[in-house]
Amino acid sequence: MHDTRYEAPRSIEEAVIMLSSGSVDDVRVLAGGTDLLVQMTSGGRSPSLIINLKHIPELTRIRFDDSGALYLGAAANAFTIGQNERIRQQFPGLHEAVGLIGSDQIQGRASVGGNLCNASPAADTIPSLLTSKAVCHIAGPGGATRTLPVSEFILGPGRNALQAGELLVELELPAPAAHSADAYQRLIPRSEMDIAVVGVSVRVTVDNTGTCTDASVALGAVAPTPILVPEAAAALVGTRLEPADLERAAAAASAACRPLDDKRGTAEYRRRVAGVLTKRVAAEAAERARGR
Amino acid sequence: MPKLHIRTEINGEPAEFLAEPHQTLLDALRNELGLTGTKEGCGTGDCGACSVTFDGQLVCSCLVLAAEAEGARIGTVEGLASGEALHPLQQKFLEHAALQCGVCTPGFLVAAKALLDRNPDPDERTVRYALAGNLCRCTGYDKIIRAVLDAAAELRGEPA
Amino acid sequence: MTQPRSFRYVGTRPIRQDGAEKVTGRANFGADLSFPGMLWGRVLRSPHAHAKVVSIDTSAASEIPGVKAIVTSADLPEQRPGGDPTDMYDLTRNILAREKVLYEGHPIAAVAATSREIADRAVAAIQVEYELLEPVLDLDRAIAPDAPILHAELRCAGSDPKPEGPTNVASRILIERGDVERAFADADVVIEREFTTPTVHQGYIEPFACVARTTEDGQSTLWCCTQGPFTVRSLCAALLRIETSKIKVIPSEIGGGFGGKTTVYQEPLALLLSRKSGRAVKMVMTRQEVFRATGPASASRIRVKLGAKRDGTLTAAEASLAYEAGAFKGSPVVAGAMAMFAMYDLPSVRIEGFDVVTNKPKVNAYRAPGAPMATFASESVVDELAASLEMDPIEFRLKNAVRQGSVAVYGPKLKAVGLVECLEALRDSEHYRTPLSENQGRGIACGFWFNGNMQSSAQIHVNEDGTATVVSGCPDIGGSRASLALMAAEELGIPVEQIRPIVADTETIGYNDGTGGSRVTYATGTAVIEAARDIVLQLRQRAAAFWDTQLENVGYEDGKAIPLGDAAENQQPLPLSTLARRAARMGGPIVGRSTWTARGNGPSFAAHLVDVEVDPETGRVEVLRYTAAQDAGKAIHPSYVEGQYQGGAVQGIGWALNEAYFYDAEGHLQNASFLDYRMPVASDLPMIDTIVVEVPNPNHPYGVRGVGETSIVPPLAAVANAVQAATGIRFVDLPMSPPAVLAAIDRTRG
Repeated sequence: MHDTRYEAPRSIEEAVIMLSSGSVDDVRVLAGGTDLLVQMTSGGRSPSLIINLKHIPELTRIRFDDSGALYLGAAANAFTIGQNERIRQQFPGLHEAVGLIGSDQIQGRASVGGNLCNASPAADTIPSLLTSKAVCHIAGPGGATRTLPVSEFILGPGRNALQAGELLVELELPAPAAHSADAYQRLIPRSEMDIAVVGVSVRVTVDNTGTCTDASVALGAVAPTPILVPEAAAALVGTRLEPADLERAAAAASAACRPLDDKRGTAEYRRRVAGVLTKRVAAEAAERARGR
Repeated sequence: MPKLHIRTEINGEPAEFLAEPHQTLLDALRNELGLTGTKEGCGTGDCGACSVTFDGQLVCSCLVLAAEAEGARIGTVEGLASGEALHPLQQKFLEHAALQCGVCTPGFLVAAKALLDRNPDPDERTVRYALAGNLCRCTGYDKIIRAVLDAAAELRGEPA
Repeated sequence: MTQPRSFRYVGTRPIRQDGAEKVTGRANFGADLSFPGMLWGRVLRSPHAHAKVVSIDTSAASEIPGVKAIVTSADLPEQRPGGDPTDMYDLTRNILAREKVLYEGHPIAAVAATSREIADRAVAAIQVEYELLEPVLDLDRAIAPDAPILHAELRCAGSDPKPEGPTNVASRILIERGDVERAFADADVVIEREFTTPTVHQGYIEPFACVARTTEDGQSTLWCCTQGPFTVRSLCAALLRIETSKIKVIPSEIGGGFGGKTTVYQEPLALLLSRKSGRAVKMVMTRQEVFRATGPASASRIRVKLGAKRDGTLTAAEASLAYEAGAFKGSPVVAGAMAMFAMYDLPSVRIEGFDVVTNKPKVNAYRAPGAPMATFASESVVDELAASLEMDPIEFRLKNAVRQGSVAVYGPKLKAVGLVECLEALRDSEHYRTPLSENQGRGIACGFWFNGNMQSSAQIHVNEDGTATVVSGCPDIGGSRASLALMAAEELGIPVEQIRPIVADTETIGYNDGTGGSRVTYATGTAVIEAARDIVLQLRQRAAAFWDTQLENVGYEDGKAIPLGDAAENQQPLPLSTLARRAARMGGPIVGRSTWTARGNGPSFAAHLVDVEVDPETGRVEVLRYTAAQDAGKAIHPSYVEGQYQGGAVQGIGWALNEAYFYDAEGHLQNASFLDYRMPVASDLPMIDTIVVEVPNPNHPYGVRGVGETSIVPPLAAVANAVQAATGIRFVDLPMSPPAVLAAIDRTRG
């Protein structure tokens, strides 16, 4: 055991300098803290430096630009996002996913950026970020910045694309097309508080005849990382999203799963339910899209 | 590593304490400040017994670093009652027998107050979901939910 | 026996006397006490489920600055095997492992240091050499001919012929009456099924916590959260081999127990460390430690065979129960066997039970220990029998329900009992008539639990203004102070608000067995009533002396000594407050006392009704509606009686649907957290409606029955019966988690 230092920088520049000061494993950022503190108290070793990001204005900001794109500060907490009416209107599926993270208490701390950086296979918000084609804005040493799609940001379970000294600043979600909507559902044994056994996000765009012109399907907790399932999306595009079309998407979703047996569910169960939820979530997204 | 000197506000009063950088707010409240009304049931954010408000936001104090309290406003169960008068939630918990062992009670009260502060007229389902982060193993939740609904009615000024 | 015809205070719902402290955060629970200069104790626990301990080296740990004491099993005296009710040979090995570690989390050493972090660091610095052994993680493996043996010296008690070799089967029991073979031959329908249930935990929210302090004369004080402060005292005295008078146990408020806090884990270690260091030592378990190393409830495998005649009369029952005891013998298989058919008038019964050791933590009591899993099995088969005879499940149960005069399966002839009334209340309820929709099902099940007996003592002190203090020695785990105060108020005739009930330490009140076995309101309640009657007698004696008359000329009513007969002509009633104020001149302080060992039986029966909805595509079961009917005998404080029904029902729902220990192949617990050990949360549940049936218990002055435990007995089967009604599938394995339910639905779909 060694001593831990705590810093609460006020700017991205300060934070990046601190991040560059040690090895990546030894410096931990605190965006929400719901994972970091559990790791620290449940027997894991303490980092040498904890950088609290909550005092950096850009990291807690939530804004929309003129195009309607949403920018979510990486450390904005889930509760605040949940209270944002425009997010609920424009990104109902992401809003649902954020609202399913833990309890009200957890939501008061947890951040979408932290959820993404921890890269849990079962993270509730990542499927929604994937179907919304979210982009990561990253700051690095010396004022460097870069962007990376969420689909490329996650490298594996618990692993992300941040390099030493880099900081996830915010997530950009492009404005959804007209007549487009997303939805998210997950299966948990209880009604709250569990980690997703399966999570499904679907975004569909329809034309004014009700035909699906674009679709995206992402699954959580059924593979080493949340995954996009283009085959499931393809099964929806060009259809009127009738029950038989949804069944085809469901079958494609199930087929794409590479799940594990563990304390939260069996592999077979995850595969089955991924299909069931794909069908249900696609129906929900379709209904929303048609209403726009 | 020297301890951090933290200046904060707890239940409306200024407070100062020394904290290790890795120490949780829960640990600081209980062991540095002697505010043992906030309970520890799990230390991992899964039971809600350590619920407090942090700048008005409901949180599990086991998932907050004590160092974060610098400049923040903390609310604990000890701050619910005013002088001799219990908060209506506390009174209704007693009237409805909403506690058996009572160890989860502080967390439920803090969480229920946070709910009623933002939603003065929740229905049963809303209360159940809002309190899903608070585990109670004694009551089966029935009397807790009734107490919260009844306290909400009283706070709205409706006749019982 | 003077049974009041009507009650003035009993049956009302006053605010509990410890309530204000508990809603303001002032009440002190186990972890809430600290002393200046106090040390923190931590425990080194085995990472292995089964291994020989080759060596323990504490030298590096003891070098760490701030470490003040380290203890291992060498610091505890060896004990003789075979003690009853506690085998101290086993207990001392559970407190600190000796030859072997027998479960993941088994304590090996304990450290006291100036901070928790230093203690943790010292624990990590202790070197232990293990020789790994194959772990025994389930009943099948435990009884296999080539199974690894946990205890070389263990021989199966009660087996015939006498066993020769070592075994993991600690004992075999048999309950037999009537001619079972013949009774099955007489049956028109016979159904036989085998059931399994997993290891589950009580899930109290407060982890074990204690502080021990020892002075230089060897006198120790132990503050701890426990259901039985006197049990803690006697077990610690025996473990440390010191005189009982050297240990004072002060029970803190207790954050739930459900049977789990009826024994010791860290308490003797804290005492040892405080004696060794001369400092106060505090020990608080983490939630992980609670799950890994405190007594959960047995996993079980239960075979049940039941026969009935075409008219619905049960003729015979046969059952075989195997319960996991964990690392040391002592599962509640006997209680399970006694309870599982206790609801029915059954002339012919044969029940065999096996107590089996495995490499998991030693089980401890959990609310009606042994009964929920056994009743899950029996009440599932009862339901299936009723269905196969096309009888209404309530009518079938009513036809066979025990009544006054029935001879219980477990032995005694029953006095008045309330099972029939519970069943009738459900049958006549609006709930039972409400129509159900697609994928929904309704289930019913009954349950039984004994009424706890054992020893209680109580004192009542009348204060100089006529108010009173009720002193008992049973920790208040769910409102028992309020109930005891109500009974004292009833006898003394003073408002309950003028009575202060307290839970005393082990030096302030005579011996009391613990809070458990549904015994406090019944047994300690009787002691309080007797102590109050002792006071009433003294008040009458004082009034008689004052009025210069005979005792029989003095009555007592409404808090006043009343002149009767000759005395009535020229004397005014003397209120208790007056007698209290004049105590100095009339005989001194007024103290009532009583002590007794409760006997007899006044069991509490229950019947639960539940509606569920099953999602046929995901296997998720949602509880839609729940009604619990139970016989309280007499509800002293109805709110806390209802609370017992509701809390037990919800624990049972958790057991039925999602709670289970999940071990990997090496015996490491995978879900030692509230995140993955899925106890019900508020949004999982509907309101739990209650029906308080009151068939007075002839063994209690007011008719009280213990109500705390019966309520967890019916829900497992009630939920399974409801899921069966919704899906057509009989679930024989718990939990009925979504994957298990969906897999079963898939199997039946083919």
